[in-house]
Amino acid sequence: MKISKDDALHVAELARLEFNEDELEKLTGQLGNILEYIEKLKELDTTSVKPTYHILYLSTPFRDDKAMEWLTPDDVLENAPERQDEFFTVPKVIEG
Amino acid sequence: MTELPYLTIREASELIKKKEISPVDITRSVLERISDIDRKLNSYITVIADQSLGAAKNAEEAIAKGSYLGPLHGIPLALKDIFITRGIPTTCGSKMLENFIPPYDGSVTKRLVDAGAVIVGKNNMDEFAMGSSTETSYFGPVKNPWDLNRVPGGSSGGSATATAASLCLGSVGTDTGGSIRQPASLCGVVGMKPTYGRVSRFGMIAFASSLDQAGPITKTVEDASIILSAISGYDPMDSTCVDKPVPDYTKHLEDDVEGIKVGIPKEYFIDGIDKEVEEASRKAIELVKDLGGEIIEISLPHTEYAVSTYYIIAPSEASSNLARYDGVKYGFRAEGARSLGEMYRKTRAEGFGDEVKRRIMLGTYALSAGYYDAYYLKAQRVRTLIKQDFENAFNKVDVIMAPTTPETAFEIGEKTEDPIKMYLSDVLTIPCNIAGLPGISVPCGFSSGGLPIGIQIIGRPFDEESVLHVAHAYEQGANLRERRPPI
Repeated sequence: MKISKDDALHVAELARLEFNEDELEKLTGQLGNILEYIEKLKELDTTSVKPTYHILYLSTPFRDDKAMEWLTPDDVLENAPERQDEFFTVPKVIEG
Repeated sequence: MTELPYLTIREASELIKKKEISPVDITRSVLERISDIDRKLNSYITVIADQSLGAAKNAEEAIAKGSYLGPLHGIPLALKDIFITRGIPTTCGSKMLENFIPPYDGSVTKRLVDAGAVIVGKNNMDEFAMGSSTETSYFGPVKNPWDLNRVPGGSSGGSATATAASLCLGSVGTDTGGSIRQPASLCGVVGMKPTYGRVSRFGMIAFASSLDQAGPITKTVEDASIILSAISGYDPMDSTCVDKPVPDYTKHLEDDVEGIKVGIPKEYFIDGIDKEVEEASRKAIELVKDLGGEIIEISLPHTEYAVSTYYIIAPSEASSNLARYDGVKYGFRAEGARSLGEMYRKTRAEGFGDEVKRRIMLGTYALSAGYYDAYYLKAQRVRTLIKQDFENAFNKVDVIMAPTTPETAFEIGEKTEDPIKMYLSDVLTIPCNIAGLPGISVPCGFSSGGLPIGIQIIGRPFDEESVLHVAHAYEQGANLRERRPPI
């Protein structure tokens, strides 16, 4: 299935990515080719087949509600691109 | 002394146990070999020279005092740079994590260290494990030690190259669609993907969470069994890690294979499979038959749909997993953004490479409004059919044997411009991940050009023992270990 450049732009926005004109051109073509390849699945009638989201039959494991030793705030903030005291710092959320 | 890096884990551990060699000697010899030849191979992103010598010294002292921990004690191993290591950079092959220094150890790391292993470094890999050639790494491509113009496979190409070239005694990689078995095959070493849920994924950077699984890359099947015994087992930190007892996987390797039923799926001998690969695989199957295996032709009819299914499921899960790289908490942040939204977009545009962005786009598309049923849900239904194929086959046979890859190592740059061509190099390894099964690749010969060929053995869920058992019997019968890469 071919997709349009506008489709690709929309998906880029959803994925918080951006591309220049050349990149977008190339990517749109490649995505179209991959989607075309994937179309192969349409050959199969799966209306009565149940989906497998996960290969294991899992139940939710529980554990006691006890505090464990874990990282300190400083450990966690050590890798932050920017921080202030015990907070991560980011650019303004509200534009304008 | 120069021979030390060529030892298998078993050979080295026997010598260490008898105090004939010291963990320090062997670690030093491995580090020397890395500094001598890895600039030609690029199989490491980070080498931990001082720290590993310190760990080797500790192992030496502990063993001298009589507290021997087992076959990994004092053995120099490497880890794919996807495993979180406390205080040691963990990049996942990406600019996004170039300067990330984890504040904790992942479970695989911790279990190896607890078993006494000496971690010498972090292996190069495709960015976020997305690739089949280790060409997508931000830190440059890895070379195949058998031919420096060719790829080692991927995504665990650094682990396979380092193991083949004796720049470690073994490594742990990850396999989402073949990323352990395919590079092992292309580099002439052993690589095993255990059953999904056998090894904890805690502290293993996520790509596609319903498919990712860690496993060993080693010189021999016995070595793979040693590492697998150490890293397997329940972990309360990973809710998908299964609470089943872990056998000593080395225990039944020597058992007779007489009467074991080996299925040969006709769909794995596809059109376009390299003639020499097919020949070597048929010869390997013949050998298992000579050893007493009962060869049975089987059919896995939905094999041809596996790659399409995978390229919906894996990118979809990846697009969700990689949403966390937003420049806020850790990793790369782009400069000069004036708003939060702009900061996200610029950070991700500059921090991710092309293949990662392509897969995020593909996954986001497949999950977006209006397409979910047509793609993601459809793929999950086909997943059921692929899984049922294997269930039916395992009613008749104990293990399945087939080529690991359709061809030997390809040239660097040969497939980078054509994503689908690259994706198809995993056509024979992907079904195993989709069904969550254990699979191993074992060397089974060489092409006329001197490139390694691998044979794959697949087993029932949590029946790693049968897989290893048949693999070991074949390996002993084939006796291919004498040949070393020319580097």
